[in-house]
Amino acid sequence: MIAFDNVAYSYGGAELLSEVSLQLAPGSFHFLTGPSGSGKSTFLKLCYAELRPTAGQISIFDRDVRSLGRDDIARTRRRIGIVHQDCQFLDHLPLAANVALPLTVAERDTPVQDLSDLLAWVGLAHLADALPPSLSGGERQRAALARAVIIAPDVILADEPTGNVDWEMSLRLLSLLVELNRMGKTILVATHDLTLIRTVKQQVAARVLRIRNRRIQLAGADL
Amino acid sequence: MALRHAERVVPPSGPSAWLTTLTSAAMAFLAVFALALALASGRLADRWTEGLANSATIRISAPADQMDRQTQAVLDLLATTPGVASARAMTDEEQRKLLEPWFGPDLPLDTLPIPRLIEVTQDAAGYDGEGLRLRLAAEAPGAILDDHTRWRVPLAVAAGRLRILGLVSVVLILGTMAGMITLAANAALATNAQVIRVLRLVGARDAFIARAFVRRFTLRALSGAAMGTALGMLAVAALPSADAAGGFLTGLGFQGAGWLLPLVLPPLAAVVAFVTTRNAAFGKLREMM
Repeated sequence: MIAFDNVAYSYGGAELLSEVSLQLAPGSFHFLTGPSGSGKSTFLKLCYAELRPTAGQISIFDRDVRSLGRDDIARTRRRIGIVHQDCQFLDHLPLAANVALPLTVAERDTPVQDLSDLLAWVGLAHLADALPPSLSGGERQRAALARAVIIAPDVILADEPTGNVDWEMSLRLLSLLVELNRMGKTILVATHDLTLIRTVKQQVAARVLRIRNRRIQLAGADL
Repeated sequence: MALRHAERVVPPSGPSAWLTTLTSAAMAFLAVFALALALASGRLADRWTEGLANSATIRISAPADQMDRQTQAVLDLLATTPGVASARAMTDEEQRKLLEPWFGPDLPLDTLPIPRLIEVTQDAAGYDGEGLRLRLAAEAPGAILDDHTRWRVPLAVAAGRLRILGLVSVVLILGTMAGMITLAANAALATNAQVIRVLRLVGARDAFIARAFVRRFTLRALSGAAMGTALGMLAVAALPSADAAGGFLTGLGFQGAGWLLPLVLPPLAAVVAFVTTRNAAFGKLREMM
């Protein structure tokens, strides 16, 4: 799905990531952990071609990101669902239209029943007509997750998806991601919450990657 | 629940909305007048070039006791001149009317040494002007041929240039409108930077995002220009008619099928808005990410 081969990324003369080589295999579940500012968000942005590596090679769905034009990147992102900590919406549109946005921009029809089912799956069916500014942090995170999966992506990347919600909501969000993984989706969750990782690892065979000294390592028993 | 049109992804209001509509309306209003000026000048140039080119005037300045004899001699000469379709001496009443704007209605024509005017109309072949002058000098020494060339040519040139100026004004107005719409589109794109980020994140192509803005700006320009054109045409229609007041300025307006010409302005404004917004949108999107 996504492969890094000896990738480095520098910004403003400082190297943020170095010698990164890994693969996100189809159907895998990965956590990415590390302290704040260690490069988790940068790594995720490299995964969905928001950034381009300064060295090495990144392949997304078997295509080198350097060969992707702007339209190619747009089409690639239709196969990648993205959930951010500060999930952004179009505030003038109701929740249902925001969740259906990936289908709208892909100029595909949105089956009303599918949309209703999806909103029910994330527990937001009753808020279909609500505007995003009226939603709580947890509701926004679940709406972002629904928006990420509506187009049936192959990969879901979540950047601190539980950053703004309480423990119970965090577990609920992660259980949704586990459910998606069981449906065959490739999942990568960036989080600094080790307790959450330990809890979720009891439900799914997840690998944990840790960023240390600009490099990404497979975390072992010391997690 | 889903969006049916791309443009809905952009928030509906903002200063660029009324700015675009107002600019288009104002520019279309001005363009109607520029167009009216160009058409009126064109008519004037045509009239001076073609209409007056077929006519000439012979002015006879002679002592009162010789005036009738010389007038008759000139008329006889003209009757045998090839290329002259008709010739007639203007009556005192007609000459009084010609002089009325300068001397008032009570001009005592019979007590003043006013030259006699003979109106000459040439046929399609035309007469030999130089030959006619020589014959007049021999038959009626006080007669002078004025074929209007001296004042008609510079006036026709001036009217022709006024027509070009009117058309250039229309082009400049459309150019200004393009500039204003580009600024408004860039402002709208900058204001909606977050919207664009979200759209890019969920896989929107530049063409989709640009279409959302282009459609909106095109419709605003079309509606604004339609309003401006309608108001402009009403204002032109409300100008005094040439019959009522006389003179060039009162002839400013449209005639016949010319009234259809301003109707081209709204679609033209829409095309200008479409092209400029599309260029601005793609340029800005390339800058943003």
